[in-house]
Amino acid sequence: MESGVFHTTYEADIALRRTPLMRLRLVLAIVFLLVFPFLADGYQLTLANQAGIAAIGAIGLNILTGFTGQISLGQGAFMAVGAYSSGLLAARLGLPWWLTIPIACTVTAGVGAIFGIPSLRLKGLYLAIATLAAQQIIEWLITHWRWLTGGVEALVVPAPMLFGERVGTNFRFYWVILFFATLTTIFAVNLFRTRVGRAFIAIRDQDIAAEVMGVDVFRYKLLAFATSSFFVGLSGALLAQWRGIVNYERFTFETSIFYLAVIIIGGLGSVSGSIYGAIFMTLLPAVLSNAGRAVGGSIPALAGILPFIQQGVFGATIILFLIFEPQGLAKIWRNIKDYFRLWPFSY
Amino acid sequence: MDKFLQLTVTGLTNGAIFALVALGFVLIYKASDVINFAQGDFLLFGAYMTFGMVAQVGIPWPIGVALTLVFAVLLGLVVERFILRPLIGEPIISVIMVTIGLSSLLQAFINGVWGITGRPFPPFIPSENVNIGGAVVPADRIVAIILAGILLLVFTLFFRYSRQGIGMRAVADDQQAALSMGISVKGIFAIAWSIAAVTAAVAGVLVANIVGVSGVVATIGLRVFPVVILGGLDSIPGAILGGIIIGLLESYTGGYIGGGLSQVIPFIVLILILMVKPYGLFGEERIERV
Repeated sequence: MESGVFHTTYEADIALRRTPLMRLRLVLAIVFLLVFPFLADGYQLTLANQAGIAAIGAIGLNILTGFTGQISLGQGAFMAVGAYSSGLLAARLGLPWWLTIPIACTVTAGVGAIFGIPSLRLKGLYLAIATLAAQQIIEWLITHWRWLTGGVEALVVPAPMLFGERVGTNFRFYWVILFFATLTTIFAVNLFRTRVGRAFIAIRDQDIAAEVMGVDVFRYKLLAFATSSFFVGLSGALLAQWRGIVNYERFTFETSIFYLAVIIIGGLGSVSGSIYGAIFMTLLPAVLSNAGRAVGGSIPALAGILPFIQQGVFGATIILFLIFEPQGLAKIWRNIKDYFRLWPFSY
Repeated sequence: MDKFLQLTVTGLTNGAIFALVALGFVLIYKASDVINFAQGDFLLFGAYMTFGMVAQVGIPWPIGVALTLVFAVLLGLVVERFILRPLIGEPIISVIMVTIGLSSLLQAFINGVWGITGRPFPPFIPSENVNIGGAVVPADRIVAIILAGILLLVFTLFFRYSRQGIGMRAVADDQQAALSMGISVKGIFAIAWSIAAVTAAVAGVLVANIVGVSGVVATIGLRVFPVVILGGLDSIPGAILGGIIIGLLESYTGGYIGGGLSQVIPFIVLILILMVKPYGLFGEERIERV
């Protein structure tokens, strides 16, 4: 009978998938992701695409906030940089969409690094406020540089084409998002097995100790900002290409909060947690509005206050998770696994 | 010259309101090291409570405002006891996020009850124009300045002479030392939150009187960040001076440069201050070299 997972070789200990059960689950997840689009209807595909984009953005934010400990309230603005770069390059310069995505990521990484410079002197609360200022400044620039972005009017992105076929449909773009989300996940999971990733974690846990151990704190902080923004830009660019339209209203302070909520509910400092959180937070409002519609027939007053119920549940979920399970869904999942692994003698 | 005077007066009134909101921020930060992202929603709460009682129920306004303040105290106590206290000692991000969650919960509650359409505020504060040496100022702005001045004076005296005020300063200085002197740290946190909620409610009434009762009132919660950073997060004189400086700055940029620059200039100032003097004009410096 099992009493826990114990490894006898280093190879087994540092492996990403350490037990046969984990490998089995991975295979099941892959099969599900491959079969899902053929079974799902349009609405479910839309939700899946949203969740995929949210997962990429959340992994990006988690690299910065969860793993390096630098709180960012500027996620929405960085996504906007990615979305507008990709959209503008495609719309104004006529670049193919698949080329605009890596350029947009690089541009966002650069902008992220610039706004990471205050982290040289600031930490914690002060840094959070500095990123809040970044959010406000970038948002203002987008709405006021009309010659570039079109201001408050939406930017229309030409339909993405590949081999003469439109890619922008929900079904086709699912594969694009799945491809990038898989790459992002593999990169992030492996990042924290490298020197750079370990340095990020060292900075989060104790920046002074990290400096003493020879980690160039400022350099690695900037690197964390750039890496994180790269993926945040990726999610923004994908959003722009999928929706075919870029509007600053999708990238406000509320977006920043949404992503922070995703990684808190999913689990700070956990790549799988970012994905759970993204799925959870995408499905939550959808489930609520479906439930509201189902009940709405008998209670008509409900339809009018549904958006506020969604908002309230959003706030309440954040608060409840922070009070009762600050490590998020990733921890809950771990607890469930541990419970069954040791069952029935779970102590 | 007239324009300058006009802009100055407008800036001062806005600054007084900023100072009032910033005061709530500073109080909470000083006592418990928490930045309250729901401060704007506390304003909204005050504005809607007064609106509901005076305009909708029809209670005479002095009683309505007094009841609002009572509700604000209760709100502060409930928030502190059930939301912030379980998070004592948790990382900063948890504390920031819990106040953000609170903000969204409060907004949902207020919008659910009152809807999102803006409404006029019951006109119990006189609003006819007054001419001060060439500048035309609505009387409600002057009321705002006076009220803000009185409240700031009261709080300064409170911190200097009252038992709770001194206790609060002790807690801000060193929680363990305060505990060993018999000061209830939790009690102090509760007082800080209720005072912050009260100042926010007053500010909410003043702002709603100027811009009307709508979600716009809550946006001032974010606009006050540059004020507290400029003045120093833990300094009451800083909050006042910061409020006035940012108020004037917004007013002058709006008047002389325009182009909507006045919305963003405080945040540019914020970044500059953070780079040059991160603890603000009067904030306590904590020097770390990493």
